[in-house]
Amino acid sequence: MVRKRLRIGAGAGFAGDRWEPAVELVERGDVDVIAFECLAERTIARETLSLSRGLGPGYSPKLEERLRAVLPGCIAKGIRVVSNMGAAAPIAAGRAACALAAELGLPDFSCAVLLGDDVRDVIAARPELMLMETGEPIESILPRMAAANAYLGADAVAQAMAGGAPLVLTGRIADPSLFVGPMMDAFGWSYDDYALLAQASTAGHLLECAGQVTGGYFADPGVKDVPDLARLGFPFADVTVTGEVEISKVNGAGGRVDVRTCSEQLLYEVGDPSAYITPDCVLNMGGISLTEIAPNRVRVDGASAQPRTDAYKVSVGYFDGYLGEGELSYGGPNAVARARLAGDIVCERLALRGFVFDDLRTDLIGLDSLHGPGEGRPEPYEVRLRVAGRSTSRLAAEAVGWEVGTLYTNGPSGGSGDYANVREILAVQSVLLPRKLVRPHVETVSAT
Amino acid sequence: MSIAVRDLAHVRAGDKGHTVNISVIANDGGAYEQLVRELTEARVMALFAPVAKGPVRRYELAVLGALNFVIENMRGGSVTETAALDIHGKSLSGLMLSIKLFGNEHECA
Repeated sequence: MVRKRLRIGAGAGFAGDRWEPAVELVERGDVDVIAFECLAERTIARETLSLSRGLGPGYSPKLEERLRAVLPGCIAKGIRVVSNMGAAAPIAAGRAACALAAELGLPDFSCAVLLGDDVRDVIAARPELMLMETGEPIESILPRMAAANAYLGADAVAQAMAGGAPLVLTGRIADPSLFVGPMMDAFGWSYDDYALLAQASTAGHLLECAGQVTGGYFADPGVKDVPDLARLGFPFADVTVTGEVEISKVNGAGGRVDVRTCSEQLLYEVGDPSAYITPDCVLNMGGISLTEIAPNRVRVDGASAQPRTDAYKVSVGYFDGYLGEGELSYGGPNAVARARLAGDIVCERLALRGFVFDDLRTDLIGLDSLHGPGEGRPEPYEVRLRVAGRSTSRLAAEAVGWEVGTLYTNGPSGGSGDYANVREILAVQSVLLPRKLVRPHVETVSAT
Repeated sequence: MSIAVRDLAHVRAGDKGHTVNISVIANDGGAYEQLVRELTEARVMALFAPVAKGPVRRYELAVLGALNFVIENMRGGSVTETAALDIHGKSLSGLMLSIKLFGNEHECA
């Protein structure tokens, strides 16, 4: 049955997002579909690694917890759930979801799993592919490759939804496509109707970071206030079969939806606004207008698009050494000078011990750690020294925090509150892969 | 009299690999025109030199009343490899808000 209207909510904007707003959307939002975007650039490479090392399931570690909070309500109300929480192991994620549904006593449950985004084998066979960031062939990072995933599009999501499963789990999907797919499925849109895909992609882009369009990441006290930010609600879009789009939130939920919040999110992580490339289309935001048609309700008009490109963007995650960090705080008179001396000492001691770094930096948190040195900034009462070193040697990375720790008895006066950390760096670069080399396909997992 | 971007607009920063984008959304039509005149690529590059090598590109969205700045080549590399504390560069909205402009009085002088 083809619908005339669809209400689609955003249940999460990243893997670590809050739980309550999704429950609110399910219980009081009258949504038809709820989509959870939980896969940042590096997340899938992290999950691939944790799977290969036997340290995790390969799918989003919070999958069960998140679904437990919303599935009973969704099944009772016929709300369909879509998410990229499948990460590096979508089939295992589908099985886990089915096991959870059985535990919760949800009848006739199944999960449609979208596969085909993992293109490690395809990439490994093409060392001549150019990295978009550096323009160099991918060959040099292939031996260190941890994951390679194509950003699949809305057509694949719609294909997964076509079977009617209450839950659709995917790996890598372009964030807006996670929302465009359910619209295509509900309305039976052609994948070549670019006027509709433009409006739908704009809606998807506005929703993909969840609370960032309802007043999250917006407040500037006294300048831009957000009511009831602690209870920030997540957004939904009301979309019609003809491509009308309105963005709003649940009545009574915290936050605000207006032209200002929507404008900030529209341009979030956008390069050239006249050519925002998704797997579905090349979106032109130049003609988009936003209108407040009611309190906390914004209408979106004027999106247009050029045809989609003939390639998928592929994120390639690879090992790039280790990052070692150490921190120590200084307060009171001459705190900045003492912290500077401490930083210089650490760098000198690391050099004396023969450690080599690709990048070694000292920051004074409270003075220059975020925006670098600037003129005319007052000296703070207290500062926190941070020394960070990137190296191919784990020993070198570990030495950074160690030498910050030795400052206690071997450095300037009054340092306190030390912290040290070492982590493996998982870097990400991108390549473009011809569409014909990628084969999205769907498998259905059922409760047994 | 000197005014700052924060008197005319609101701002959000986001990252895409080695680049950071910062939207500057004007409070009204007059503010948009002033930002188009004064908040040039060169002006932004000068203030962002400590954190980025550049170049800076500016896109105008007249319908929305907004400018989108794309700042390339963050020092220290991309979000996934930098040793910087603010790996995403998302705090750079604050640096953009602090940029001083001259205002109409200066133009008349």
